[in-house]
Amino acid sequence: MITVNHYLLLSAILFAIGTFGVLTRKNAIVIFMCIEVMLNSVNLTFIALSRHVGNMDGQIFVFFVMTVAAAEAAVGLALMIAFFRNKESIDTDDFNMLKW
Amino acid sequence: MYSNLWLIPFFPLIGSIINGLFGKKIKNEAVIGGIATGLMFLSFLVAAQNFFKLLGDKEKVHELVIASWMSVGNFQLNWELLLDPLSAVMIMVVTGVGTLIHLYSIGYMHGDESFYRFFSYLNLFAFAMLMLVLGGNALVMFIGWEGVGLCSYLLIGYYYEKKSASTAANKAFIVNRVGDFGFLCGLFVLFWALAEKGVWTLNFVEIAESGHLLESGGLLITVVTLCFFLGATGKSAQIPLFTWLPDAMEGPTPVSALIHAATMVTAGVYMIGRMNGLFAMAPATMMTIAIVGGLTAFFAATIGLAQNDIKRVLAYSTVSQLGYMFLAMGVGAFSAGIFHLMTHAFFKACLFLGSGSVIHGLHHAYHHAHLHDDPQDMRNMGGIRKKMPITFITFLVSTIAISGIPFFSGFFSKDEILWWSFGSTRGHCLLWVLGAAAAGMTAFYMFRLVFMTFFGEQKTDARAKDHIPESPFTITIPLMVLGFLALIGGYIGVPKILGGANRFHAFLAPVFEHAQHANEIHAHGSHATEYTLMAISVAIAIIGIFTAWVMYVKNPELPGKFVARFAGAHRVIFNKWYIDELYDFVFVNPCKKIGTFLWRGVDVKIVDGVVNGCAWVVKGIGSGLRYTQSGYLYNYAMIMVVGVVLIVGFFVF
Amino acid sequence: MENLVQEAIQNVNLQAIMPSLVLCVFGMAILMVSVFSKRGSTTHIAWLSIAALVVTGFVTLIGWNNPQAGFAGSVLLDNFATFFSMICIIAAGLTILMSDDYLRREGYPVSEYYPLILFTTAGAMWMASGTDLMTIFLGLEVLSVSLYVLAGFFRNQTRSNEAGLKYFFLGAFSTGFLLYGVALLYGVTGTTKVDGIAAYLMANPEAAMNTMFIAGGSLLLVGFLFKVAAAPFHMWTPDVYQGAPTPITAFMSAGPKAAAFAALMRVTIIGLDGLQSELTSLFWILAVLTMTIGNFIALTQKDLKRMLAYSSISHAGYVMVGLVAWNEIGLSAILFYMLVYTFMNMGAFAVLVLIGKKGEDNLTLDGVAGLGYKKPILGIVLSIFLFSLMGLPPTAGFTAKFYIFAGAIEAGYIWLAVLGVLNSAVSLYYYLRVMVQMYFKDPEEDFAWVSINGPVTISIVVSAVGVLYLGIFPHTLMSLAKLAGF
Repeated sequence: MITVNHYLLLSAILFAIGTFGVLTRKNAIVIFMCIEVMLNSVNLTFIALSRHVGNMDGQIFVFFVMTVAAAEAAVGLALMIAFFRNKESIDTDDFNMLKW
Repeated sequence: MYSNLWLIPFFPLIGSIINGLFGKKIKNEAVIGGIATGLMFLSFLVAAQNFFKLLGDKEKVHELVIASWMSVGNFQLNWELLLDPLSAVMIMVVTGVGTLIHLYSIGYMHGDESFYRFFSYLNLFAFAMLMLVLGGNALVMFIGWEGVGLCSYLLIGYYYEKKSASTAANKAFIVNRVGDFGFLCGLFVLFWALAEKGVWTLNFVEIAESGHLLESGGLLITVVTLCFFLGATGKSAQIPLFTWLPDAMEGPTPVSALIHAATMVTAGVYMIGRMNGLFAMAPATMMTIAIVGGLTAFFAATIGLAQNDIKRVLAYSTVSQLGYMFLAMGVGAFSAGIFHLMTHAFFKACLFLGSGSVIHGLHHAYHHAHLHDDPQDMRNMGGIRKKMPITFITFLVSTIAISGIPFFSGFFSKDEILWWSFGSTRGHCLLWVLGAAAAGMTAFYMFRLVFMTFFGEQKTDARAKDHIPESPFTITIPLMVLGFLALIGGYIGVPKILGGANRFHAFLAPVFEHAQHANEIHAHGSHATEYTLMAISVAIAIIGIFTAWVMYVKNPELPGKFVARFAGAHRVIFNKWYIDELYDFVFVNPCKKIGTFLWRGVDVKIVDGVVNGCAWVVKGIGSGLRYTQSGYLYNYAMIMVVGVVLIVGFFVF
Repeated sequence: MENLVQEAIQNVNLQAIMPSLVLCVFGMAILMVSVFSKRGSTTHIAWLSIAALVVTGFVTLIGWNNPQAGFAGSVLLDNFATFFSMICIIAAGLTILMSDDYLRREGYPVSEYYPLILFTTAGAMWMASGTDLMTIFLGLEVLSVSLYVLAGFFRNQTRSNEAGLKYFFLGAFSTGFLLYGVALLYGVTGTTKVDGIAAYLMANPEAAMNTMFIAGGSLLLVGFLFKVAAAPFHMWTPDVYQGAPTPITAFMSAGPKAAAFAALMRVTIIGLDGLQSELTSLFWILAVLTMTIGNFIALTQKDLKRMLAYSSISHAGYVMVGLVAWNEIGLSAILFYMLVYTFMNMGAFAVLVLIGKKGEDNLTLDGVAGLGYKKPILGIVLSIFLFSLMGLPPTAGFTAKFYIFAGAIEAGYIWLAVLGVLNSAVSLYYYLRVMVQMYFKDPEEDFAWVSINGPVTISIVVSAVGVLYLGIFPHTLMSLAKLAGF
């Protein structure tokens, strides 16, 4: 029997994987994908809990999260392209002009 | 009744804003100077009107609440002004002397490229000073306190192209910070102590009324008053914080006269007078004040003996006279201290302005002859009395006044202080000795100055000496007025034993009497003692003058022999007792060494100017923390995750 | 079904979102205008945006003392929201005023800039008026996404790119935490409404011990703490503030930060009221950490924008002291402080905008040497802003800090107030260093390029007047802030 806890555990694992990826990867695109994994794990949590709690709020929230994630993707990729044009790199080690 | 009180600080503020904003466009010196001086004079008129109204009024303490400032719970803070005899005297001095010095500056600063800037600052200073003396609560006073400090730094550094001027400004800045820190600490502790007793206030009248809640002579009141006194030593250049004042002479001479002689530097004295109720309750603090004041009066006078720069002599004389005022405050002779503050404002302003007139004339002459001699060095002067008769006469009158010769203003005030330092319940005969010795030296070095400058043969370069003009009337009028005041200013406070009524004392009595009675402060002793002391101090002054005459007029070669004979002592005195060097040795150099030691490897440049030893530690931590900001995204993300874990952990466990 | 639709429509109440609605419509209209405008001419767009903000300001003020709930309780336009909305509108207006000449100088006269500021403001207003985590989240994202673009607006400048990207990545990362927190809270309480959470907590006090609830709550806080740049989530601030276009930096430090505080306050004070004691001890630690880190690192900075970034971190710390106090004075002091901070910080940035050269490499400590003599008025105005940032009377910075610390003392956090005052003393050093440079150093430049005839001057004057007026007569605004508090 698959209970809500299984979903929650799965999404927690996904969230952790996403977080870990953000911390360890150097490629901006990959980091961005990791953030997407985090957001989607949140979506999974919402849907599972929506079913568990018994109201629709969580599912509606998921729609908003997806919309927002799409908008963020557009802006984020645009920023990466702009950076790539100047530095020919999207490695996060190269984001180091501003420090201290 | 006194509802136009706010106009007094308001007029100079307006002047400062007008000249600051539009001065550059106005350009015309007469207009700029006219606006500044005219508004100052209006302020004086309002002050005079209020002063005379107060003279005829039975009720002597008036508070004017302009607006509510902040209120929290049962603590109410207002924008309020306080007019009582003490502040009435101060506003008269500040606006009166201030107007004269504004007028003087029109002539003195003529041709300066940022004429408007000078007048804007000067007016702003007057505004801040009036806020300081009229402020009805400690915070309004603090605003004035900081404001005068700010204007003082700006004006010391007025000729900022000169390295020495900006260094002097920085020094004044740092030293005053130390003093302000004391003031603020005192304020906090006082506020907290009164709040503990259920009185939430910073209002002076209420502080005076509830001062008795604190234990008289207790630790708390001693700490509070000592903190305030530290603030006062900073602003009023007392030991150990006096080194900035002589350097402050880098500013234009009218500034030295107004800020660094007549008004701002007396703020410390005024502040003690304002809180006399608290100070009277702390005998230990009073004793400290008296000793510090006496020592300052003495040491500064010795340093004054050997200086050759005309303004420096006057600067040390100012420090010394301020020492007198503190001595007076310390022995409980509050009204005598304020009295001396007033007469000192007259004669010292006159002396500074007179020296400015001389410098102005010599500068003119050197300029004419294309020379670059130092127009402030007394060794280049001599015989100027014939060239500048008005300057000479006013200067001489003020010198006699400061020397304490009978029937000039300085005599009455100084003598009252000396009498109290001997006969007061808080006094001591050693304090009197310090004061009397300082009086003798004052008479000596002041007449030395007069003789070197105005008498004897002209030592000015031959090419320049025929081109020394008398100054224009904007300069001589203030000199004459101030000289006149220096002559007669003392007659409002003729002591009883000389047949006077000491009206000044009676006028200030409502402010000081209560604290003096409550703490049993009074001067006692027979009339015979009083006469004797008076005679001794006059004799000492005359001996001082005579010695100066012998050394600098009759036998001009004597000082050289004297210096040769006592070379060691002269060197010590000439170098101001090596106080600057001592400070460098004790405080500055070790700090520098530690700093270099700590940071040699790390290549952290030690901060320019403001930062002192304490800041290095703080900055060190800052530099350490700074490297957490590595610039790498994943480090930032890592720290965020750590933060998340800690916060979740904080709640869960 | 019919009934449900009817009910939903009745629940909408457009009045509750009218200000942001007006602003968005204006924003889109201005976007259209800009499409049909000549390339490179942006001045009219800037003034149209100002007009939009003025209209929005009036619409917002209608809502004062006239609370409007809408969207089935997801939005509440009360005095609190109105107050914060006004802060954001003022911040946006000041930003636009200082932008036009700046964009032209830096070579990016692009008109999309202005609608983006308007959208950011709209998002900030939603955050302030949202009473459902969903609306707050949406407001936050509208605000953030526009700001990501604005921070990286100079697309040919690596510095600006880097600022945009760092902000984007860390912002999206923190959004992940925020959302996960919302999800967990939703799982426990079954609602995303702020008052619903409060009601659940009231009915089930034992939830305070529930790990899922606690974890959800703290993750939610992380999202807001990131936006207000509280330590240890402040790491993005210096880099982004330094790299972003200067007016945007000014804007970020005032408007969005105020909105984030608004949301943080609503969520904690209303929603998590039951956790007060735990939250205050957390905020106590964070406030001290934030102000100390900000002030100490600021001491070592030579770049003025970066120094002001650290200073803004420390100010966030002072504001959090009000949150620790959790009483009427402390909370209304936060509102007061944010408005004052808007004036003083944006004023300081406006002066920097004015004295910067193209590329802004001269905005360092050495770059302002002698400014006080070459440009006396500018020097005095900048000094006023610096005095206010230090918290010296009679400027507004003093009154604001006074109220904040008074709140803390009244709530019994005397040591926190003492630490705050000590921190202010530390901050004196780095602000004073700027003034020492201005007044006691020989000018290396003549500052001939500085022209005070543009609209930037308006924003400087407005800020200076605000700083002085609120410093001398804080009473009126403080009583308004008290009406706006909870």
